[in-house]
Amino acid sequence: MSNPSLLITASPHLAAGDSTPKIMWTVVASLAPIVAVATYFFGPSAPLVMAAATAGAVVTERAFDRRGTLHDGSAVITGILLGLTLPAGLPLWMAFTGGAFGIGIGKLVFGGLGQNVFNPALLGRAFLQAAFPVAMTTWPVPAAGGWWSLRGDIFALPFASPRALETVTGATPLGRMKFDLQATPLLDLVLGTTSGSLGETSGLLILLCGGYLALRNYLNWRIPASIFAAVAIVATGLHALDPARYPGAAFMLFSGGLMLGAMYMATDLVTSPVTNPGCWIFGAAIGLLVVVIRIWGGLAEGVMYSILIVNAFVPLLNRWTQPRLFGSAGRTVRS
Amino acid sequence: MRLGGVSERRRRFPPRGTESPVWNHLKFRHGVHPPELKDLTARIAIRRVPYPDEVVLHLRQHAGKPARPVVKAGDRVERGDVLGEPDGYVSTPVHASAAGTVEQICLWPHPDGSYAPAVRIAVDRYSPQAPRPRLVPDWMRLEPPELVEAIRQAGVVGLGGAAFPTHVKLAPPKDQVVDTVLINGCECEPYLTTDHRTMVEYPERVHLGLRIMMRCLGVTRAMIGIELNKPDAIAAIRRTLPSDLDVTVLGLEVKYPQGAEKMLIKALLDREVPSGKLPLHVGVVVQNVASAATIAEVFETGLPLVERIVTVTGRGVKRPSNLIVPVGMKLRDLIDACGGFTADAREIVFGGPMMGFAQAHLDTPLVKGTSGVVVLAAAETKPTVSYPCIRCGHCLDSCPVFLNPQLLGQLALKERWEEMETNHLADCMLCGCCGYTCPSNIPLPQLFALAKVALRRRPAPV
Repeated sequence: MSNPSLLITASPHLAAGDSTPKIMWTVVASLAPIVAVATYFFGPSAPLVMAAATAGAVVTERAFDRRGTLHDGSAVITGILLGLTLPAGLPLWMAFTGGAFGIGIGKLVFGGLGQNVFNPALLGRAFLQAAFPVAMTTWPVPAAGGWWSLRGDIFALPFASPRALETVTGATPLGRMKFDLQATPLLDLVLGTTSGSLGETSGLLILLCGGYLALRNYLNWRIPASIFAAVAIVATGLHALDPARYPGAAFMLFSGGLMLGAMYMATDLVTSPVTNPGCWIFGAAIGLLVVVIRIWGGLAEGVMYSILIVNAFVPLLNRWTQPRLFGSAGRTVRS
Repeated sequence: MRLGGVSERRRRFPPRGTESPVWNHLKFRHGVHPPELKDLTARIAIRRVPYPDEVVLHLRQHAGKPARPVVKAGDRVERGDVLGEPDGYVSTPVHASAAGTVEQICLWPHPDGSYAPAVRIAVDRYSPQAPRPRLVPDWMRLEPPELVEAIRQAGVVGLGGAAFPTHVKLAPPKDQVVDTVLINGCECEPYLTTDHRTMVEYPERVHLGLRIMMRCLGVTRAMIGIELNKPDAIAAIRRTLPSDLDVTVLGLEVKYPQGAEKMLIKALLDREVPSGKLPLHVGVVVQNVASAATIAEVFETGLPLVERIVTVTGRGVKRPSNLIVPVGMKLRDLIDACGGFTADAREIVFGGPMMGFAQAHLDTPLVKGTSGVVVLAAAETKPTVSYPCIRCGHCLDSCPVFLNPQLLGQLALKERWEEMETNHLADCMLCGCCGYTCPSNIPLPQLFALAKVALRRRPAPV
């Protein structure tokens, strides 16, 4: 009898077959249709901006890569997601800086994958919003001036003021609603034929792609469900009070970055609660804050700040919603 | 808390033909669905194997104190002779599983990975392996305490894996009222078909063992829970159901760890065993089907527990089989009896793949609690690389006792054992669900086992 060279590992000796890199790369793959649609709507600028943001994230991850963490795919997700929150005409160096900031300050300083408190992509975007407010709010209208034309001076040199290109810019549906009290047809919102960030256009597609991840159990469906429920309930209530001033639930759900935020940003595994009750509270709080910022805040859009704010409460939510131990009467209180 | 909308009354007295899983929400929450992988041996009849040249009987084959050896090198022993006397109440004797000569009492590789005292017996190749003539006790004439003592002297332990001495469970303290005996026929571990084949081939023994246990405990009600992936076992047990006893056979959802005592009680009776308490606390005694069959055998033949049924399976072994083998048979001989290793055999696990121990020595002998030997092929083994925790929460969704393995794992990596204790580490039964689902392949059960050892070794408070 031949003696095999024996492997000694601890139980369990079987695994469910998911791995962290597999989850991350599946998320990347699920973003492909959204990237494709952004390219369809915004022309060649879209992939360039997203590539710049991804390059910033990946280069930064690689620069501090002592443990070979690049192949786990999380930096690529951060880059693509950040790219999807940017306007098509953003100069590439800004997108690159955003990606680098998101990974460097948003993730690596906390200790890398699994340790960060805030969603790195949104932190990168928050940084860009604060640093380059004008560039970040210049929204080129889709399909203006032919598909091949660039949507802005995306090749502007760092710290040079971008040349004004002959592109048509337009306010986002949320901006028009907020500042002009002008609604956008729902079909345009659902299909994405409006202006806005690269990935905040086609709500339906994002819903489908995120739904696929939820089916694979790669995101906790309770988070988007509770965000949608909170937004819908509050928006419907306000709409009933004053239909002229407050938009209805459908508009709130499909406009702006809500879909992308709910399906991809809030559900980031690392920065969302680990408990299911925690996820319900987490989502509801985000939904509530989104409506509050959109309606009463100074900004037209509030998804980014809502998620970042509630991210900060995740450790607290985890502590509050510890599972009830089997065979114990009530919820157990932890130190 | 009740789940699934089936009342306690319905569970106790289910109407006829209610074995459908849709009707019976007989389940517990959480848990995982590993691949069953039982097809390799589920339809293969149990067969005996020839006696090996040597058997090695560990003195610690049960939970509790090891037995004290009462033989010395050079002694001639017959099959069934006592090698070690029980040392204390939670302890059982160890018997010679083959006739031969005691070679040595020495430290020998134990399935748990340590070296432990064991009795080596050179098997007499020309012995008929007949036990000494003995009186077979008539169980119907024995009083419960005498029955329990007879079971103890036969060295019967729980054969599901934990090897807890059976007599301790059958003699509860006087202030505990037991109203139900549960027979555990779940066999929720992947690969293993030991209990399955026992139920198919020896259903009468299971019922007789149950009858004896009910007499020991003075209980009139019993339930046999079998996972629904074993319809032939359910049919065999139903076919032989005694008409004079209140025994219910129930099909259970196929889910790991359905066979864990607390989970089984929850599924069958909807009772939650309080944290830190035993099933006795909710009036239940749980026994494995193989233990029941062994008790029946003890009172049928008078022979103590010297052999057991074991599944030798996995893609790393040429001829997967269900075997009757003498306790103390060495792994090497077991594999030989099954045609040897395949070329890609990589890891040998005693017990099931979810909770079993990987073995380092082919000389490790089988102990009473070894329910299976799984030889994993290289392609089946888990990768050894881990990633950082990404807080996906899958471990929380799988933990059957509702712990927070994510938090416990993070604490374990920082060796903060005391904090793990306050987060109910003691309730962890090391079932392995969290480790199974973890996408980052963090060895959570291993960390928890380590923490339990560290806490046990902690110096006593002054």
